[in-house]
Amino acid sequence: MNLKLKVWRQENSSATGRFEQYDAPGIPDDASFLEMLDIVNEKILEKGGDPIAFDHDCREGICGMCSLVINGTPHGPGRATTTCQVYMRHFRDGDTITIEPFRAKPFPILRDLVVDRSAFDRIQQSGGFINVRSGSAPEANAIPIPKNKADLAMDAAACIGCGACVAACPNASAMLFVGAKVSHFALLPQGQPERRKRVLSMVAKMDEEGFGNCTNHYECEAVCPAEIKVDVISRLNREYLAASTLSLIEPLPNAAAEGVA
Amino acid sequence: MTNGKLDSKVPPGPLEKKWQEHCFNSKLIAPNNRRRFEIIVVGSGLAGASAAATLSEQGYRVKCFCYQDSPRRAHSIAAQGGINAAKNYQNDGDSVYRLFYDTIKGGDFRAREANVHRLAEVSVNIIDQCVAQGVPFAREYGGLLANRSFGGAQVSRTFYARGQTGQQLLLGAYSALVKEIKNGGVQMFPRTEMLDLVVVDGHAKGIVVRNMVTGEISSHAADAVLLCTGGYGNVFYLSTNAKGCNVTATYRAYKRGAYFANPCFTQIHPTCIPVSGDYQSKLTLMSESLRNDGRVWAPKSRETAARIREGKMSPVDVPEEERDYYLERKYPSYGNLAPRDISSRAAKEACDDGRGVAPTGLGVFLDFSDSIKRLGEHVIRERYGNLFLMYENITGQNGYKTPMMIYPAVHYTMGGLWVDYNLMSNIPGLFVLGEANFSDHGANRLGASALMQGLADGYFVIPHTLPVYLATIKPGSVTVKNPEFESVRFEVADRTRRLLSIKGKRTVDSFHRELGMLVWDKCGMARDKAGLEEAISRIPALREEFWKNIFVPGQGEQLNQSLEKAGRVADFLEFAELMCRDALAREESCGGHFRTEYQTPDGEALRDDDHFAHVSAWEYTGEDTPPVLHKEQLKFESVSLQTRSYK
Repeated sequence: MNLKLKVWRQENSSATGRFEQYDAPGIPDDASFLEMLDIVNEKILEKGGDPIAFDHDCREGICGMCSLVINGTPHGPGRATTTCQVYMRHFRDGDTITIEPFRAKPFPILRDLVVDRSAFDRIQQSGGFINVRSGSAPEANAIPIPKNKADLAMDAAACIGCGACVAACPNASAMLFVGAKVSHFALLPQGQPERRKRVLSMVAKMDEEGFGNCTNHYECEAVCPAEIKVDVISRLNREYLAASTLSLIEPLPNAAAEGVA
Repeated sequence: MTNGKLDSKVPPGPLEKKWQEHCFNSKLIAPNNRRRFEIIVVGSGLAGASAAATLSEQGYRVKCFCYQDSPRRAHSIAAQGGINAAKNYQNDGDSVYRLFYDTIKGGDFRAREANVHRLAEVSVNIIDQCVAQGVPFAREYGGLLANRSFGGAQVSRTFYARGQTGQQLLLGAYSALVKEIKNGGVQMFPRTEMLDLVVVDGHAKGIVVRNMVTGEISSHAADAVLLCTGGYGNVFYLSTNAKGCNVTATYRAYKRGAYFANPCFTQIHPTCIPVSGDYQSKLTLMSESLRNDGRVWAPKSRETAARIREGKMSPVDVPEEERDYYLERKYPSYGNLAPRDISSRAAKEACDDGRGVAPTGLGVFLDFSDSIKRLGEHVIRERYGNLFLMYENITGQNGYKTPMMIYPAVHYTMGGLWVDYNLMSNIPGLFVLGEANFSDHGANRLGASALMQGLADGYFVIPHTLPVYLATIKPGSVTVKNPEFESVRFEVADRTRRLLSIKGKRTVDSFHRELGMLVWDKCGMARDKAGLEEAISRIPALREEFWKNIFVPGQGEQLNQSLEKAGRVADFLEFAELMCRDALAREESCGGHFRTEYQTPDGEALRDDDHFAHVSAWEYTGEDTPPVLHKEQLKFESVSLQTRSYK
């Protein structure tokens, strides 16, 4: 099929960006979206130009590195898929496809379609873990976990950290991401000792990084490649409310040091 | 060829006591002294993240580097099926010794006994560790951990988290890593690629890296360097590896004196989605766990296969008696769960016989209809739902209704830098963990064992073996002010300048594809002397053309993906030759290394234990001289060498 592309080009984070048009003739139906971009980039290179920069790595939908807003939708057409798993058979001959980076203030553009999502790492560093030293773990079957709880935890843990939820949200909220992390640990017995501290720290960090609040648009769920449900946001709110209320009567030992009174 | 240079440092004593006694007999670094040591970890996959986190917990100062934008994205994340551990929760006869034995046998008796036994020993601790971190493994209704079966084993010892086991284990290791980043013990450098190793007075003392956003080239000094940089499967261009996976870190270390062991041992995974066209950028794996419930077949007759290829016949209409369930036929006791190398070769045989079914002729069926009849579609959906979804996404076909089409693809590399029992290379201070080393899988890795090895090395082995080296050196003795750092940094910067200045006519990808086709053809699932010699003569010409005719746009001081790729492909162009030389020198067939000259009358791999029961470790001697082969003789004290049979 023959396509036209409108692609966001931007030299670096401080430069002004612009859309540029490219012809993409002879694209096979069975090519993936990123393979289509590979083909276009090879053509640009053959003419001595600068190829379009975009993030990608595993190309099988799990690493979360690919991004892109395709025709206004993060990760493009199709439910529960990443950009790398979008195949060209979803487009029609003659289509014009607009390709932009994930746009959100906490995700600055580094070049063309490549954005900096390290804010997610910083949120996770603030409390998205269980403090367990290597070698100190008890026997794995010592604590049985009901299958339904384990399954719910797995549903939340399936988040690939791509940031599409933020890009889709009019408020650039990261609450689907943070909700997924908080739910995963809060649902498991291993996550209980640090449950309160975790949610307070992660929410504080999320706010500090400049992500907005959830106002129930549910755009995040619609674009999530890992099918994380907005239920995790409800759980996040519940966990946060419970933790902050309880902290009034039973302060966390080092709450002041953590900056999450 | 020499014997003397390689000391495996396998401790004395009975096999099952070696590790325990080695830990006790080894020197320790006292807790208050550990912060004086700085450790560099390159790579943040299962091996790298678990090593960085664990060493930091113990008090060492760690710097961790990865080329991805976040350590959570390392390619361990893509592992689907599971992780082995000798827990024997199923009460079906498993034990540490059986896991050890299966791994040694699965590797076709080309791995080091002591390393493999240690791996089996610590496997049980890994599961404990991961559960404590909150890894949501699959569970039974009673709340206890569930298991599934994997290839090359007759027990059910594989732990899993749906079809995303690698993701969940990596997120566990990542959570341990971010905990240590927060505690200040680990300094993380994402989007930073190691471009060279710095060796000072014979010891590894640091690395030179490029910041992939700003292009800045900088040096980092340390008391030890851990390479956890994965395998080199992308030398074939098309593989199941992530696009960024590369050989640069290990190959640069090789050029600085580290020996590269068994590079010809590459694993071709039997269940991948077939190639559909020349634009293809990667191959997608369908987890081996599918072979628990899927039956592999090809039509018995070429005519039926041809009709399927031409779209004149649907595979569901092929009558039972015209289907050749070739794995069940040839290997009745393991059936569809025969090991990967054997299953891959059997698929190739069927296709070479003209019975392939994909439009290209390179494909066989993986059929779930019997399991769906027996268990119901919902059970299959629960077990493998995401894999069926992925298959449908890529091929546009519904695997519940029509058999999946699969074909083998490059997946994993058993070869890697040579290491001793302490995971230290022949360069003191340079340690190699996970897929990047050669040590545990011999000539063929069993399914669900890569995750086990990565985490074993990082969580449980390196914390005990690194101090053996550290106790012999003075911490902080070398800094980046040492002239060696300046000279390596200059070489790296100069190479970058050269790549940018050629301004030729061909793209990096075009070279990479050409190289990939060549090595797949001559050094892929089947190899022979003539083909390997041809590859060895053609690769230098391709390399020469690369350095004359490559086009890399832009500058070095910016985010420049073409430049990143060019550096990696330049190394693949050298490494490919080493791989072929190793394949040529190993005049036997074993595991994934199948030399057509050496096979049994019924087409199985024919080993030559008298001449090749050794590790081939290659030493770099310069650009214009061939590498020198060193051999580490493998001693089998606990198992007896025998012909591997899965019949």
